[in-house]
Amino acid sequence: MTTVAGNGHRTAFVDNDQKPCGHGRMLRKEDPRFVRGKGRYVDDLQLPGMLHLAVLRSPLAHARIVSVDTTLAEAHPKVRLVVTGAMLAEKGLAWMPTLSNDVQAVLATDKVRFQGQEVAFVVAEDRYAARDALELIDVEYEALDPVIDVRTALSPDAPVIRDDLEGKADNHCFDWETGDAAETDAAFARADVVVSEDIVYPRVHPAPMETCGAVADYDAVDGKLTLWSTTQAPHAHRTLYAIVAGLPEHKIRVVSPDIGGGFGNKVPIYPGYVCAIVGSLLTGKPVKWMEDRAENLISTGFARDYVMRGEIAATRDGKILAVRTNVLADHGAFNGTAAPVKYPAGFFGVFTGSYDLQAAYCKMTAVYTNKAPGGVAYACSFRITEAVYLVERIVDCLAYQLGTDPVELRMKNFIRPEQFPYRTKTGWVYDSGDYAPTMELAKRLAGYDALRAEQAEKRARGEIMGIGVSFFTEAVGAGPRKDMDILGLGMADGCELRVHPTGKAVVRLSVQTQGQGHETTFAQIVAEELGIPPQDIEVVHGDTDQTPFGLGTYGSRSTPVSGAAAALVARKVRDKARLIASSMLEVSVADLEWEKGSFHVAGDPKASVTIQDIAMRAHGAGDLPEGVEGGLEAQICYNPENLTYPHGAYICVVDIDPGTAKVTVRRFVAVDDCGTRINPMIIEGQVHGGLTDGVGMALMEMIAFDEDGNCLSGSLMDYLIPTALEVPDWETGFTVTPSPHHPIGAKGVGESATVGSPPAIVNAVVDALKPFGIRHADMPLTPSRVWEAMQGRPAPPI
Amino acid sequence: MQVPAPFEYQRVHSVGEAISLLDRLGDTARLVAGGHSLIPMMKLRLANFEYLIDINELHDELGYVRVEPGLIRIGAMTRHRELLESGELAAAFPVFRDAERVIADPVVRNRGTLGGSLCQADPSEDLSAVCTTLDASCVIQGVDGERVVSMEDFHQGPYETAVGDAEMLTEVRFPVRPRGSSAYEKVERRAGDWAVVSAGAAVWLDEDGLIADARVGLAAVGPNTAGIPGITQALRGQWPAQELYSRAGDIAAEACSPVTDRRGSAEYKRHLARELTVRVLRRAVARINGQGA
Amino acid sequence: MSVNGEEITRDIEGRLLLVHFLRDHLRLTGTHWGCDTSNCGTCVVWLDGEPVKSCTVLAAMADGHEVRTVEGLEQNGELDPVQRGFMECHGLQCGFCTPGMMMTARALLDREPDPSEEEIREAISGQICRCTGYSSIVRSIRWAAAEEAGTRTTATDPALGTGATEPAAAATSGSAS
Repeated sequence: MTTVAGNGHRTAFVDNDQKPCGHGRMLRKEDPRFVRGKGRYVDDLQLPGMLHLAVLRSPLAHARIVSVDTTLAEAHPKVRLVVTGAMLAEKGLAWMPTLSNDVQAVLATDKVRFQGQEVAFVVAEDRYAARDALELIDVEYEALDPVIDVRTALSPDAPVIRDDLEGKADNHCFDWETGDAAETDAAFARADVVVSEDIVYPRVHPAPMETCGAVADYDAVDGKLTLWSTTQAPHAHRTLYAIVAGLPEHKIRVVSPDIGGGFGNKVPIYPGYVCAIVGSLLTGKPVKWMEDRAENLISTGFARDYVMRGEIAATRDGKILAVRTNVLADHGAFNGTAAPVKYPAGFFGVFTGSYDLQAAYCKMTAVYTNKAPGGVAYACSFRITEAVYLVERIVDCLAYQLGTDPVELRMKNFIRPEQFPYRTKTGWVYDSGDYAPTMELAKRLAGYDALRAEQAEKRARGEIMGIGVSFFTEAVGAGPRKDMDILGLGMADGCELRVHPTGKAVVRLSVQTQGQGHETTFAQIVAEELGIPPQDIEVVHGDTDQTPFGLGTYGSRSTPVSGAAAALVARKVRDKARLIASSMLEVSVADLEWEKGSFHVAGDPKASVTIQDIAMRAHGAGDLPEGVEGGLEAQICYNPENLTYPHGAYICVVDIDPGTAKVTVRRFVAVDDCGTRINPMIIEGQVHGGLTDGVGMALMEMIAFDEDGNCLSGSLMDYLIPTALEVPDWETGFTVTPSPHHPIGAKGVGESATVGSPPAIVNAVVDALKPFGIRHADMPLTPSRVWEAMQGRPAPPI
Repeated sequence: MQVPAPFEYQRVHSVGEAISLLDRLGDTARLVAGGHSLIPMMKLRLANFEYLIDINELHDELGYVRVEPGLIRIGAMTRHRELLESGELAAAFPVFRDAERVIADPVVRNRGTLGGSLCQADPSEDLSAVCTTLDASCVIQGVDGERVVSMEDFHQGPYETAVGDAEMLTEVRFPVRPRGSSAYEKVERRAGDWAVVSAGAAVWLDEDGLIADARVGLAAVGPNTAGIPGITQALRGQWPAQELYSRAGDIAAEACSPVTDRRGSAEYKRHLARELTVRVLRRAVARINGQGA
Repeated sequence: MSVNGEEITRDIEGRLLLVHFLRDHLRLTGTHWGCDTSNCGTCVVWLDGEPVKSCTVLAAMADGHEVRTVEGLEQNGELDPVQRGFMECHGLQCGFCTPGMMMTARALLDREPDPSEEEIREAISGQICRCTGYSSIVRSIRWAAAEEAGTRTTATDPALGTGATEPAAAATSGSAS
């Protein structure tokens, strides 16, 4: 475990990367198969007799289904099965629970509620025939007025979308509040300065390069269903399939093979997976469903879509007193949010940011609209993207109003190191943090003062340059089971470790990588604890028959939760090894010292046994100490005592072409503190990816709709994702503030950069536009939207 | 993944074979060259044909850039990459290299062709504006021989060209005049995106340094803007100067009729028509004078 | 057609896309697909030595031509330097865009053995990676270039960027790339 340098310098630069936890910068164990094109993704699977499924989707956003005629499709020579919502309803399978205790149609029966909703499916001999047969299904719709503008969704005259819910007479989804309204009002009343701003975080989409899909294979003889699917949470999915389909849980095996990126898009259960299962149950054959890109963009879990009013209160000299926000949340047609059930707004409650406030309050209203369901996805750390964007934007608005430097304003208001563990005004207990050194390092790496001087010169010449700063604290690693569950399943994760007789090991995880390098990182964690080389440790994941129960990978929870489980299970094995070593060396347990990979007698390093020797003894002939069973293995289920709170300081430099208003991200400096670092190479990769997400969201990405509810972003021609030409060569740095409650001090980093980068970029653009009198402009800051802002008319994107 | 509806695939090995097949199959058939506009449309089932005639084997016959005195001929099957990399073409018409750098992406440019781009006639497509700016003419081959039409006549509206059912575009011809140069500029939301607005200019000076002729073409700002005659009239006989370019920019902004869409507001696009016109004229003239890349 | 040097003959539908021919008929599943509109570039293979998007090429069009896929990068049991570069410099995470990126990288290096960062970014600009943020892909390709030129020195090569040089910088001040 990393030690922290003393003398008030809680931020350690020593030890961790010289002798990082578990072999440091180690090349990835999964890469040899990927670089050979030997990855095993769902669509790579071909089973004998496999059929192909295609889904017919609604062209309309809101319509009553009058009739569905499948006659012609059934007559297609290669079609084996056509299923409609009515047929599913007969089997009681037309609706399924969402992860937020709502229901969602598997296939529409009464109405379609968003463009792209599933209406029927076809199973055919090949994927071309399945696609052709969709053209042969005739659906008659009676169009209804759609609810598209979230601001008018609650108007009394708005059509009611969810008339499937008994007694539902409006489009209200839920209300939620946090903090103390009266205390906050009082703080605002005391303030010298109050700034408010309307801030929209538009609807975006994770759009992993691999779309969602599944192969379902039901074996009627032994009654077992095997489902290979693109899921980030195989165990949670298995349990839900058992509940939905009524199959016994032990007869369901969910396999998540290699996943071509997830970013939260592959957490929910989509109707397509259920259709594939039904297809296999009814045909007795393996059935493959792979959605196309349009289906992915228009029907699967979107992200964000928060319309926020942010308010901040401060003293004249820049002491922030309180933050208040009112949020209107667009949840689409079904509440399909994938977040712990007690947290309908995810972890948006951390909108108080990294600042020591006197009060805070949030009031949120969530509504249904005729759009695809989702909301929690795209590396958002359960809505912390929105929270951080809100607070970092509004703090910059305050800096603008006060005429102070945005870095100074932040430094002045940071939670101080001695205040940790720090309870925020919305009730979150930040485990550890030391913010000022992180901010200082970012400033130094960026050359902040020189950049400001350059900006002043350029402004004098009429050039447009901006410097944006953001500072974030995330809450990740959900979560303590007393507070956190998804549909009643506690958010703890299991881990099993077996050391084979020759000293090689296999570790089995409940989480599932989508590119984060679990096969490497987890081998490194176990290697560090047990002294077995990481090359000798096999990491098994993504197969519910092979791994212990746990809730999967999202919300940056793999290292904080499963990483802790892996470290603790290795310690459990080590404890047993110690008992065996004591009998091998014929000394008492108390006289043994552990040095990575071996026990030796205290004061006599030559009298030692390696973990490999112990493993052989544990499985071999001869007596073991009394009460010790043979074998060298252990399992645990880790229940985190708190979330972990990574933080970071980001600085972005942009140039804007005065004639075309096109924004170029010239530089981006990211200093992250994710606690103890395991593999710096992998961490850097996680950060780089998230920063690129930030450029996408800040400058180009958005799922847009026209007033009829047609999705205008249903292809990668229209939903723009940054290429190598829109992003700079990333500059990164780090500080290390370990988590006090995590066994190795690690905090998780998978989503930090996606959370922290959008405000830095937007703050940079807005800073650039200061001479135009601009205090706020909403994402995505396309050339046109920036130009409109320069004309003094910045407009919200929705 | 989306897949096209069924069709009959035919491959041809000569222009003559292509035309006789087109003649026989009529409007049920469509030529496919690089396919990077057509095949995605067919996959999304926005376009369906009974027959697809693959003319990629004609690359040997129609893939060329030939420089002759006073004329450059480019075969219709010349791929974007070849246009981008042709030093001779860039020397005569730098506008080509400017434009090709920002058309789609490098992998698409390995496959897409000049003829395919012009025949697709997408209003946001860049090469129509380039060719119009350069006063090009198109050679259209039919059963009864070939005919030559100007770019103005070739382009008949969005997705419509002068090429008939049993005809194909085989070559584009560009007159080369002395003391001329050209430039192209595109604003896009992201590399590889269609233009928000793009503009091309070609300028020729007389021996005294006055503008002998100038042509400006725009893309993505509405119909009939691949060439803007008003600018030509305003610039001829004038001294090249910033004020003059500004006037040309105003004419460009007047002449276009952009619409608000996800790429930008109509006001912004009109602003870009002006801004980019000024920029490309300035750059083209600078190039004649040996300044600037 | 010839695929990775092997002559292949099959009867196929005219509409069959090259990417499906490779994946479903020849079971060369290293080539992926990620969109329908030739935007993402996960399907990039070589056709007659040039990278193309195989989701937008008909299999029939490749008849009589040479196709090379990621499975053909490794020669005689030796990984191509591009493949090694991607492993060395963390040029991949989920691995989905990787085959296409590597095919483009190989073609670039064949044409320009010492590409600049800008040239590399331009060359891969028709391909989307959602994981890496591209810097590490650029480094991977430069690693391969240096490897082929024999100019790569082990851990201190600047092409490696932060990863390799991190500890020295970190000792006093945290690292910067």
